Amino acid sequence: MNPDSKRTLIEPIVDNNPIILQILGICSALAVTAKVAPALVMSLAVIVVLALSNVFISLIRHHLPTNIRIIVQMTIIASLVIVVAQVLEAYAYEISKQLSVFVGLIITNCIVLGRAEAFAMKNGPWPSFLDGIGHGLGYSAILIIVAVTRELLGSGTLLGYEVLRTVKNGGWYEPNGLMLLAPGAFFIIGLLIWAVRAARPEQVERPEFRIEVVHRTEVI
Amino acid sequence: MPNDDPVKTVLVALILCLVCAVAVSVAAVALRPLQEHNKDLAFKREVLKVAGLYTPGTDIEAQFRQVDVRMVDLATGEYRTDLDAAAYSPQEAARDPQTGMPIAPAADLANIKRRSRFVPVYLVRDADKLRMVILPVYGAGLWSTMYGLLALQADVNTVAGVSFYEHAETAGLGSEIANPRWQAGWMGKRIYDDSGEVRFQLLKGGAAGDTEAAAFGVDALSGATLTGNGVTGLVRYWLGADGFGRYLARLRQQESGG
Repeated sequence: MNPDSKRTLIEPIVDNNPIILQILGICSALAVTAKVAPALVMSLAVIVVLALSNVFISLIRHHLPTNIRIIVQMTIIASLVIVVAQVLEAYAYEISKQLSVFVGLIITNCIVLGRAEAFAMKNGPWPSFLDGIGHGLGYSAILIIVAVTRELLGSGTLLGYEVLRTVKNGGWYEPNGLMLLAPGAFFIIGLLIWAVRAARPEQVERPEFRIEVVHRTEVI
Repeated sequence: MPNDDPVKTVLVALILCLVCAVAVSVAAVALRPLQEHNKDLAFKREVLKVAGLYTPGTDIEAQFRQVDVRMVDLATGEYRTDLDAAAYSPQEAARDPQTGMPIAPAADLANIKRRSRFVPVYLVRDADKLRMVILPVYGAGLWSTMYGLLALQADVNTVAGVSFYEHAETAGLGSEIANPRWQAGWMGKRIYDDSGEVRFQLLKGGAAGDTEAAAFGVDALSGATLTGNGVTGLVRYWLGADGFGRYLARLRQQESGG
């Protein structure tokens, strides 16, 4: 794989992560991460939709009238999402019920439309495919980190298997109820953003305003 | 032709719609049988769960064989062996002029307007003695139709379990009807008083203690008054004279007589 493709694929995972740098797709990251299993399925669904929507949009990018561009992109994304939702309902019924509306809401996930508009409209199908997979993986990485933390601390289990025996089951671990609620995910995502930006200071945005001490004589 | 030409714009839109429509329809139609099968399994599991017979990890079809499924004619309260319970769907059966019938507004406590004349019941037996009868019930809540199952013990009066497996009530308030902890409060409550009247209801202020009302009542859900009224209504309708009343009376007689 040439270095350019490799960068397209790898960069969104840490250096240009859709969730923690671009701050997109937060809603579903809060909603489906209480347990690891639904987070994995959601990740897979988003990777598939992102990659395919990027490919299809890239294939027809030279024939897209600019005035109906967004509608065309949305139609393609929506159709893909419906197909994915139908497949999930057929092959992973339980989990598709747990994910409820969130599979459908991939349509409105800003990551998908964002990549279509920013990347697939300007690049060929193969780089667009890689970009879709890369951003999907970046999204998945955060979802899985958050879900592992939440399920472990919130229920003492991982993928349903008991890791920390809870007090209720005769063990020692008192589960942290906050982790089962959406705010728990907020805290974890916040801490992740902090950690990544501490390691990669170039991700820190410049403040829009700066508060400084001004000497009276300088004001005229 | 330039991209922004109106003819091309319409053409692109048309072709796109056609392609997407075909893709979506093919997926929907091709996967329908599998989805139906999943739904059927999910429903059977729900029946087993209400009966307290469900063991996770084993084949649901095999477990379901201990449940005796019968179709009941609600007007007479008798079994109908000529009808297939597996094909029953409450909405379709109610809509079909062959099997459905309108409910008189005054009697329509569940607020469903039409119902099927024939409804399946699920019987669990120990040897020859009835252990439990499970009734499908549904009715309007605040936003949605709430579909549930109600299990009665062998006395055909005491609640042995309840579940609401499909509803779209307010998340966090009305949706608490699906909470197992709340459903546990139904256990041991009675539906009928000694005169045979349906007394069951959701009680504001709680149903703890030894009072007369608490024997027929379950804790109402705070913040979900209308959902709660719907639950009371659907139990009163389906267990009343217009619902399973006749059938349950016969069943009770059979069990105490035989």
